Amino acid sequence: MAVFEHKYKPYTGELTPVWSRFMVLPRYAYQEIFKSKLFLALFISSFVYPLASMLIVYLHHNETALQMLRLPIADVIPINLDFFYYFVVVQNTFGFFITMLIGPILVAQDVNNNGLALYLCRPFSRLEYILGKMTTLFLLLSLITWIPGIMLIMLQGYLEGAGWLINNIRILWATILGSILWVFVLVLISQAISAWIKWRIAATGALIAIFFIPNAIAAIIQEIFETKWGYILSTRSIMRTILADLFAHPTRIEIPVWSAWIAILFICAFCFLLLFNKVKAYEIVQ
Amino acid sequence: MQPIIDLDNLSVKLGKREILKNLQVGLNGRAIGLLGPNGAGKTTLIHTLLGFYPPSQGTARIFGQDIRTAPKKIRSLIGYMPERDSFIAEMSCVHFVRMMGELSGLPSDIALERAHEALFFVGLGEARYRSIETYSLGMKQLAKLAQAIVHGPKLLILDEPTNGLDPPTRQRMLKLIREIRDTNQVHILLSSHLLRDVEECCEEILILKEGQVAVYCDLEAERKANRKFLELETQGNNLVFAQAAAQLGCEYALVGERRVKLILQNEVEVSDLYRIALENQIQIRRLNFKRDSLEDIFLKAME
Repeated sequence: MAVFEHKYKPYTGELTPVWSRFMVLPRYAYQEIFKSKLFLALFISSFVYPLASMLIVYLHHNETALQMLRLPIADVIPINLDFFYYFVVVQNTFGFFITMLIGPILVAQDVNNNGLALYLCRPFSRLEYILGKMTTLFLLLSLITWIPGIMLIMLQGYLEGAGWLINNIRILWATILGSILWVFVLVLISQAISAWIKWRIAATGALIAIFFIPNAIAAIIQEIFETKWGYILSTRSIMRTILADLFAHPTRIEIPVWSAWIAILFICAFCFLLLFNKVKAYEIVQ
Repeated sequence: MQPIIDLDNLSVKLGKREILKNLQVGLNGRAIGLLGPNGAGKTTLIHTLLGFYPPSQGTARIFGQDIRTAPKKIRSLIGYMPERDSFIAEMSCVHFVRMMGELSGLPSDIALERAHEALFFVGLGEARYRSIETYSLGMKQLAKLAQAIVHGPKLLILDEPTNGLDPPTRQRMLKLIREIRDTNQVHILLSSHLLRDVEECCEEILILKEGQVAVYCDLEAERKANRKFLELETQGNNLVFAQAAAQLGCEYALVGERRVKLILQNEVEVSDLYRIALENQIQIRRLNFKRDSLEDIFLKAME
């Protein structure tokens, strides 16, 4: 089937490993995603805070620079649990904005164009499709959340000495767990929305609503019934509770941490079921 | 010989409706036409072969692989051109076909090479860098064919490939299908409600009616069979004439008020027909020997 021959010829060569094929989806998705200037601007700006944090860590360990700048940086911004907590919060917020931008279209554009049948008529399962789509977002969000988080901790550990990392191992796993959990929740919720809501603006609106409206409802419940259990409805509050617990950070939301973990696992399972139910080659009309 | 597609008591239920009912047939041809009126279960059968719908009873085997136990293996052998408009948004055609090749297991560089080749083969070479969203309906059909053949499947399933095409594009599509068939490297399952498309491309036909096998036959063998088909145009009561012919042992079908189709038995001569026409005071205005067309086979199956 050479171009000049214009003839059909079967393929008898080597095939790629089956397990690696889900990575085809992110590769092609990135080609389209990085064409967007808005995304690119947001993506680049999400590295500003990690770079600034690394600069702060560097300045903490550079007496000469501190003397030259005459900045009491060690007093103003101490490198402790809170420093890394706010780092995770800021980067997770950027993660939310990036998800708002690209999450709603990932599955929706295949559903809208009847593209799912084209994927699933190949040796490519529904799970692999979902994994591929989730990986697209997961890798992007990882680049701005837990990966720079680890780099920041490693830099601090390197400059402070190996003992610091051992003494503050909680910071390492709190950063990794807090970021990955948030990324995972964002990916699952946005992909479930993307599968069910075809219109991009409506899907983005739904994503924002899911993260903000339950907070208002919880506040109303608290006012009326004088209970904080309403916050169990809010993904944002649940995540804040978990993150605060991981970093031993005080929080005004007082739902038990165990209930927050159960709620987040329930949300993840529910979103996955929604997504899995919708990713089909064809809808069966009963 | 092992059938290419072996339907073994296959039944499929969608919700509470039984769409396919106990299909039992082995398909062997290089190009198999899948025919049937709307709602007969053609597309459901294709989707079941692709593993989109689970069988409620029985099973099917493609190249000996069971659709229940080896759906991925089967799909690696199949190229599928869906009936509906299907593509990946915001992607040039060459990228789309390349991606489909990669998802089928082709290495990236080979997928790109074969995507170019497939697009030149179907006649979209000059338009391959355009986004599919800008394509006309005919071009989209050709792009769907390109993605179905890019990985060099052993079985090509085409669901209504000429749907909505203008006559020149339809002819082009049929020519491509025949070219693919004539390579002898791939089997084709062509689903269509257009009898001429199937007649032009297929050697075997499977006709479904209400989810059951109505006819499965070798079209070539049917054509070559030594059966005498006659088409007559008459003036007078053609039902009386047809019934008189039936008494001679002929099978008949009335086509409108003036036309009768007959299958002559060996012992019946044309002169016998003139005799019974005279006896019943009917004029035979025209008499043509006619091969058993696919249309006849189809209409008989639908009776």
